Amino acid sequence: MAAFVLRRLMQSVVVVFVMSLIVFCGVHLIGDPVHLLINPQADQKDIEAAIRSLGLDKPIWQQYLHFIGGALSGDLGKSFIFGESALKVIVQRMPATLELALAATAMSVTLGIPLGLYAGLYPKSLASRTIMASSILGFSLPTFWVGLMLIMVFAVMLGWLPSTGRGETATWLGITSSLFTVNGWKHILLPALNLALLKISLVIRLTRAGAREAIHQDYIKFARAKGLSNRRIIGVHLLKNILIPVVTVLGLEFGNLVAFSVVTETIFAWPGMGKLLIGSIQSLDRPVIVAYLIIIVLMFVVINLVVDILYSVLDPRVRLGEKSA
Amino acid sequence: MTLAAESSPATAQPAALAVETPLRRFLSDYFESWVATAALALLAIIVLLAIVAPWIVPQNPYDLAQVDVMESRLPPGEKHSVSGYTYWLGTDGAGRDLLSAMLYGVRISLTVGVLSGLIAMAIGATVGLIAAYAGGRVESLIMRVVDLQLSFPAILLALMLIAILGKGVDKIIIALVTVQWAYYARTVRGTALVESRKEYVEAARCLGLSHNRILMRHILPNCLPPLIVVATVQTAHAIALEATLSFLGVGLPQTEPSLGLLISNGFEYMLSGKYWISFFPGILLLLTIMVINLVGDQLRDVLNPRLRR
Repeated sequence: MAAFVLRRLMQSVVVVFVMSLIVFCGVHLIGDPVHLLINPQADQKDIEAAIRSLGLDKPIWQQYLHFIGGALSGDLGKSFIFGESALKVIVQRMPATLELALAATAMSVTLGIPLGLYAGLYPKSLASRTIMASSILGFSLPTFWVGLMLIMVFAVMLGWLPSTGRGETATWLGITSSLFTVNGWKHILLPALNLALLKISLVIRLTRAGAREAIHQDYIKFARAKGLSNRRIIGVHLLKNILIPVVTVLGLEFGNLVAFSVVTETIFAWPGMGKLLIGSIQSLDRPVIVAYLIIIVLMFVVINLVVDILYSVLDPRVRLGEKSA
Repeated sequence: MTLAAESSPATAQPAALAVETPLRRFLSDYFESWVATAALALLAIIVLLAIVAPWIVPQNPYDLAQVDVMESRLPPGEKHSVSGYTYWLGTDGAGRDLLSAMLYGVRISLTVGVLSGLIAMAIGATVGLIAAYAGGRVESLIMRVVDLQLSFPAILLALMLIAILGKGVDKIIIALVTVQWAYYARTVRGTALVESRKEYVEAARCLGLSHNRILMRHILPNCLPPLIVVATVQTAHAIALEATLSFLGVGLPQTEPSLGLLISNGFEYMLSGKYWISFFPGILLLLTIMVINLVGDQLRDVLNPRLRR
C-alpha cells in the first residue's frame, strides 16, 4: 500500500515538473513582451532598464531556473500588468471561482439527483422522457451560448437577476463569501446555473442508470418484502447505493468545473481566476498565465492522486492491476 | 432507439427482398430512425449552404462597398434604406446583413472543425495503430501520454496552447488537433488490439505480408466503424470548442468571422435588448452541433455489431 502511494506520488511530481517545463518554455515563444509592456516612446536606456528589471535579458534556461527556484518558495514571478506577485493576483481571485464552482456542484446535486431518480423509477413516463431529452440538450449546448441565453431571458427580458459581477460579500466564520448575502445569491444564481448545466445532465444520467440497475437488486426486493414504505426504500436504501458513483464523479469533475469557469466567468464578468486567465492571454501577461496553469495542473494532479489512492483503499484490484501492467 | 426498434420489422422486409450488400444493410439500418434521417438531411443542407455561401448570399458581408455602417443593428425584417432589400435576420454592429454573415460564419466553423478533425484522425489513427501493433514499451508510453492528456479538460489544454502559440487560423487548428488526437488514438488502439488477434491477421502474417500492408490494408479497414463514430462526435466537439475560443476572444481573428465570433460581436449589444446579433448565429451553431451529434448517435447504433438485430 505504502509503495503504491509512493510510486503514485512520484509520478505526480514528474507530471508537475514536466508540465511546468512545457508551459514555461511554450509561453516564452509568445510574441515579445518587451514591445507590449514598455512605452515605445521611452529611450533606449529606459527600455534596457525595464528588460533587466523583468529578467527578460537572461538566457531562457536561466529564467526557468529562476522561475523553478521561485516556484518552490511560493513565488511564481511578478505580474507585468498588476506589478504584484502573480501567485497573489491569482489567489486573490480564487475564492470567487471556488465559490462559483461550489454553488454549481450544489446545484447539480439538488437538481440532478431528484430528476434522475424520477427518470430511473418511471422510465416510461412522459416527464422522464422530457428529462432525458433535456439532458442530451445539456450535453450538446455550448456553455457560452447557454450563458448568453440566460442573460437574455432573466436579466434583459425579465429583469429578475443581475447579469454581471459578483454581489456584496460578507465575512462569517473567517470566510469572506458572497454566499452570505442576499445580493450575493442574486448574482451567483445565473453563473452557477450556467456552469452547472453540464454537470446536471451528467448527474441525471448517472442517477437514472444507478436507479434502474438497483431497483431489481435483492436488497430492494427484501426491503419491500419487509413491508417498508416506498419512501423509505427509495430515500434510504436505493439512494445510498446510487450516491457512491455520483459522489466519485462529482469529485473528479470539480477540477473540470474550475477549468470551465473560464467561459462562465468571462460571460458574467465574474471576478475569478478564469476571467483573469483570458485577460492575461490577451495582454500577454506571462507570469500570470504560467502561475495559473501551474496551479490548475497541481489541482488536477492532487484530485487524481486522492481519487486513485481512495480507490486503491476501497478496491484492492486497482493495486494488483497496477502491478501486473 | 425505441423508435428504431419498433419500426424495424416494417422496413427490414423490403430490404431483405433485395440482394443484401453491407452498404444496403447499413443504409436501411440508418434510415430506420426518422430523427436520424431528418438530422442527416439537415446536416446536408447546412453543409451545402456553407459550400455555396459565396454565390447565394444576398450581400457579401466583407465587401466594404456593399456594407453600410449607417444600417447597423437593424432588427430583423427591416429594409435597406436605398435598395429596399429586406434584412430577414437584421444587421450586426457593423451594418452587415446577418443572414449573409452567418452563412459565411458556418462555412468557416465547418472548415475549421472538419479540417482539424481529419488531421487529428490521421495522426491519432496512426499512433493508435502503432501502439496496438508494437505493444510493449512503445504502447505503454503512448497510452500514458494519451491518458495524461485525456485527464485534463479539452478547453484548458486548448487555452494553454493558444496562450503559447498566439492567435490565427492555423494556430486554432493546431490546438484543436492537439486536443483531439488522443481520442482517435485510444479508439483505434482498442479496436486494433482486438482485430490483431483475429485469424485473418494471423493468416496475413503466415502469407508473409509486410507489417505495413497488414496494418494499412487489413487491420485499419476493420477499425473504421468505431473511428467514423468518434470522428462525427469529435467534429461536433471541435466546432463547439472553436466557437467557445472565438467567443472568449482568443480564437479566430476578426478577419475570419466564424459563428462563435459573430456571437461574441453581438454580445455587447445583448444587454441593450438587441438580441438577434447573437441569437441567430447561436441557433445555427446549435443546430449544426446537434445534427452532427444525432447522426453520430445513429451511426454508433448501426455500426455496433453487438446491437445488430
